[in-house]
Amino acid sequence: MKILLVWFAASLLAAEPPSAIAIRNARIVTVSGPVIAKGTVLIRDGLIAGVGDNIAPPPDAWVIEAQGLTVYPGLIDALSTWGIPPAAPAVVLTSSRTAVTTVRRSTSSPAEPVAHGPEERPNTNSWIRAADLVTADDSRILSGRNAGFTAAVTFPTTGIFGGQGALINLSGDKHRMVMATPLGQYCSMATTAFSTYPGSLMGVVAYIRQVYLDAAHYQIARTAYEKDRTAPRPDYDRAVEGVLESPRVLLPAGSAVQLERMARFAAELKLNAVLYSAHEAYASAAKLRGFGYPVLVSLRWPERARDADPELHDTLRTLVLRDQAPSSPAALAKAGVKYALYTDGISAREVPRAVKRAIDAGLPPADAVRALTLNAAEIYGIADRLGSVEKGKIANLVVTSGELFQPSTRVKFIFIDGVKYEPVPEPPVTERTGGTAAAPGESPSPDNPPNFGGVR
Amino acid sequence: MKAGLALVSVMAVALPAAAADTVIQNATVLTVTKGMFLGSIVIRDGKIVDAGEKVMTPPGAKIVDASSHYVMPGIIDCHSHIAADSINEGSVAVSSMVGIEDVLNPESISIYRALAGGVTTANILHGSANPIGGKCVVIKTRWGKDAKGLQFEGAMPGIKFALGENPKRPGNPTPIVGVIAPAAPRYPATRMGTEDVIREAFTEARAYQKEWRIYNAKVERHEQAIPPRRDLKLEPLIEVLEGRRYVHAHCYRADEILMLLRVADEFGIKIRTLQHVLEGYKVAKEIAAHGAGASTFSDWWAYKVEAYDAIPYNAAIMMKKGVLVSLNSDDAELMRRLNTEAAKTMKYGGLTETEALSLVTINPAKQLGIEKRVGSIEVGKDADLVIYDKHPLSNYAKVQKVFIDGELYFDRDRDMSERQAREAKRKMLVERQAEQKKSGAGRQGR
Repeated sequence: MKILLVWFAASLLAAEPPSAIAIRNARIVTVSGPVIAKGTVLIRDGLIAGVGDNIAPPPDAWVIEAQGLTVYPGLIDALSTWGIPPAAPAVVLTSSRTAVTTVRRSTSSPAEPVAHGPEERPNTNSWIRAADLVTADDSRILSGRNAGFTAAVTFPTTGIFGGQGALINLSGDKHRMVMATPLGQYCSMATTAFSTYPGSLMGVVAYIRQVYLDAAHYQIARTAYEKDRTAPRPDYDRAVEGVLESPRVLLPAGSAVQLERMARFAAELKLNAVLYSAHEAYASAAKLRGFGYPVLVSLRWPERARDADPELHDTLRTLVLRDQAPSSPAALAKAGVKYALYTDGISAREVPRAVKRAIDAGLPPADAVRALTLNAAEIYGIADRLGSVEKGKIANLVVTSGELFQPSTRVKFIFIDGVKYEPVPEPPVTERTGGTAAAPGESPSPDNPPNFGGVR
Repeated sequence: MKAGLALVSVMAVALPAAAADTVIQNATVLTVTKGMFLGSIVIRDGKIVDAGEKVMTPPGAKIVDASSHYVMPGIIDCHSHIAADSINEGSVAVSSMVGIEDVLNPESISIYRALAGGVTTANILHGSANPIGGKCVVIKTRWGKDAKGLQFEGAMPGIKFALGENPKRPGNPTPIVGVIAPAAPRYPATRMGTEDVIREAFTEARAYQKEWRIYNAKVERHEQAIPPRRDLKLEPLIEVLEGRRYVHAHCYRADEILMLLRVADEFGIKIRTLQHVLEGYKVAKEIAAHGAGASTFSDWWAYKVEAYDAIPYNAAIMMKKGVLVSLNSDDAELMRRLNTEAAKTMKYGGLTETEALSLVTINPAKQLGIEKRVGSIEVGKDADLVIYDKHPLSNYAKVQKVFIDGELYFDRDRDMSERQAREAKRKMLVERQAEQKKSGAGRQGR
C-alpha cells in the first residue's frame, strides 16, 4: 500500500514537470568530453539545453543544488529483455563458454511444429518487434531506473531469429517508452536435437546462412517485380522481411572459438553484426579488432554454480575462464574494439558490483562508464540522442553521491526525458524467466539481496 | 567491404613466422613410398627439402637427435569426428546444407590426443544419421591454431553419405528418458528408402543445376534474368555431380555397397571412399572397378547386426583385389593408436610392413586427394613427421615428437614437464576463486 502511494506521488510529480531544470554546482561526467569539476546541466523540454561551468540558470528554471553530487549520462542496457513480457514459449539457455545452446520447452507452451528444412522457417520470429511487445508493467524497469539506467535496447529473444529490438526508456510511461525501432535482430543458436530442423549447431549456422541468402534473393526478385509487373511476383516471406528490416544482427559469441566463428560468419555474409556474450573476449580481443565488429560483453560473469557438487573438479579451462572473464572489457578497450556492457539477466542492483569486477580486472573506471552509455549508443547508431551529457541530447541523466560502480555510491536522482525520478522502494518481484540467458533459479530477486547471496 | 579488408589483415597476422631450419638426425626413416634408411631429414619452410643417409645440414639449423628412434610420415585418419561442436544434423534425410567447417572447435582436447598418437591429418566427417549428410572438412592437428588454422588448405571438400541402419528413422520404439529421445519417424525407414532419397536428391540437384545453366546462358546473351534462389542443400550436390566434392559413404553390407555404386554410375558420379565397408571383401572387384577407395576398421565388428559379417582380413583382401584401402578410427580413442591398427594387417592378411604403414599414411592421403602434400617422407612434401621410440608397428612404440609443417606440435618431454605447472595453476585458481567467494559475500551489493 505504502509502495503504491510512493508510486502515485512519483507519477504526480512526473505529470507536470517544470519547464526548465538546472542542476547546479555538480561534478559532470560528460563522457563525450572532459569531466567538468563544478558546473551546471540545464534541462529544457526534455533535452539537455546546456552543459558547462559558466552557465547561469535561466529565471524560469527550477534549481537543484548538486554540490557534492555527480551527473552522468543515464546508463543504457545494451542488450536487454526489460519490458518484454515473459510470455515466451521457451527459455534459451546459453552457457558462456560452450557455443551449444539448448532450448528448454516449458511444459505449458505448445510444441513448435516439426520443420523439415529451412523453407519452413523453423524457430523464426524475425518479424516480431520489441516495440510492439513492450509493457511498462515490468518490475525490472523500476529496478533498472533505481540503479541509474534510463534506457535499454530490448529484444524478443525466443528462437533462432528472436525478433527486432527497440530502444526504450525506463520512464514507466507506456506511451513514451519506445524511443527507436527497429535497432537490430536478435539471433540465438537454439537447437532442438533430432526432432526438428535445425537440430545441431551447424544446422543453425546453415539455416541462418540460408535465410540471409534468401533475403538477398528476395530483394532482387522484389526489385525486378517493382520495375516490371510481368516479372515473377515474389512470395511474401515475413521471416525474410523481418531480417531485412533489421539494421544489424546480434550473434551469440561467448567463447573465443565462437567469437571467431561468428566474426568469420558475419564477414562471409557481409552482415552488419554485433557479437554478444563475449566472456572469453580476453583471449581474442586482438583478433576481433581485425574483424571490426562491435562486441557486447555480458555482466553475468561465469561463476561456479552454488549447488555444484563440491567433489567436482573444474577443468583448468573453466577456472581460467572464471578468473579472466571480467578482464574482457579491459582487453577489448586495449585492443581498440568497440564494446558495451549489458546486464544479461542479472538484476540492476547487481550491476555495480559486476562492473567493479571488470574495473578490478584492469578496465579504467571512465571506460566502464562509457561502456554503459556512449559506447552502447554508438553501437546502435543512437549517439545523436543518447549516451553523453551534451547539449541537444535527450535529458537522460543519473545523479549520484559519488563515483558510479563504487559500493558506497548511491543514486540520488534519475532524469528521463528531463523528468526527475528518485529511487523508490521496489515492489516484490515474482520469479520470472527474463534475461537473455537467465537460467532457472538464477533469476534476480530483490528479496534476496546480493550482499547476502553472493553473485549466484 | 570494410569487414572484408579487415579479414585480410587478420589472416596476415595469423601467418606463422618463418621457423628455423630443422634437421632430424640419425633416425630410422620409414618413408613408406621410398623404402627405409638410417639417416636424416632436412626441414625448411615447413617442407622436407632433403632426406637420406647423408644430407647437408644448413647453418643454424635446429638439430633433433633421433638416434635409435624411428621417423614415419604423420598418420592420416580418413574418418574422424573429433574437433567439432556438432556432428549430426539428424532432423532431415538430406542435410547437405550443413558443414563441419562451420563448427570446428580447435580447443577440443581430442586434437591434442590424436596428435600425441601421431595423427597429423584427419578427415572430419558429418555423422551417419542421413542418407546424404553434411559437408566434411580435412584438418591438420595443429593444436593451438584457430579453426581456420586447423584446415588443410587446398584439400578437396567432401560430403558424407550413409547407408544401412543409421540413416533409417523408423522411430525409436523404446525411448529412454534423458538418453534416447522418441525419434519422430522420418523417411527413410528402410534401405530401399535410402536409395530413393539419394536418387531423388540428385534428380533435384540436376534440375537445380539446369536452372543455373539457363540463367547463366541468359546472362551471357545479356538478357534480363533473375538468378535462381541459392539452395545450400543442393549446391554441394552439384559439386558432387561436377566432380568438385568427394563422397565419403558410410556402409557395411555388400548389397548396399552395390546399390550405391549403381546409383552413382547412373548419375555419373564417383564415390571417392566407402567408409567402414565391413563387407567390402565380398565385392572388392566391383569396388575396384568403380574406382572407389575403401576406409575400414582393422578388427572391429559385431557391434550391431549389419556388422556381423566382417573379417579382419577385409583390408588385405580388398587391397589385393586392387582397391585403395586405408584404416580409420571413427573414434577419438582409437585414433591415438592407428599405428597398431595398421600392424594388425600383418597378422591378418600377411601385409608387409610398408603395406601396413601405407594404410594409415599414403593411402588415406590418396583417398583424400592430398598425396602430393602428405602421406610419405619425400622431398617437397609437407614436413608432417612422427618420431617414435620404437618401430611404429610395435605396440610398445610411443610417440616422442610430432612435427606438422616443420613445426614441433607435440613433444612428450615438454608435455610431461608442463603437467606440474598446470596443476599448480589449477590449484592457485581454485584457491583464489574460493577466496573471492568468501570476501564477495560480505561486500555491499549496491
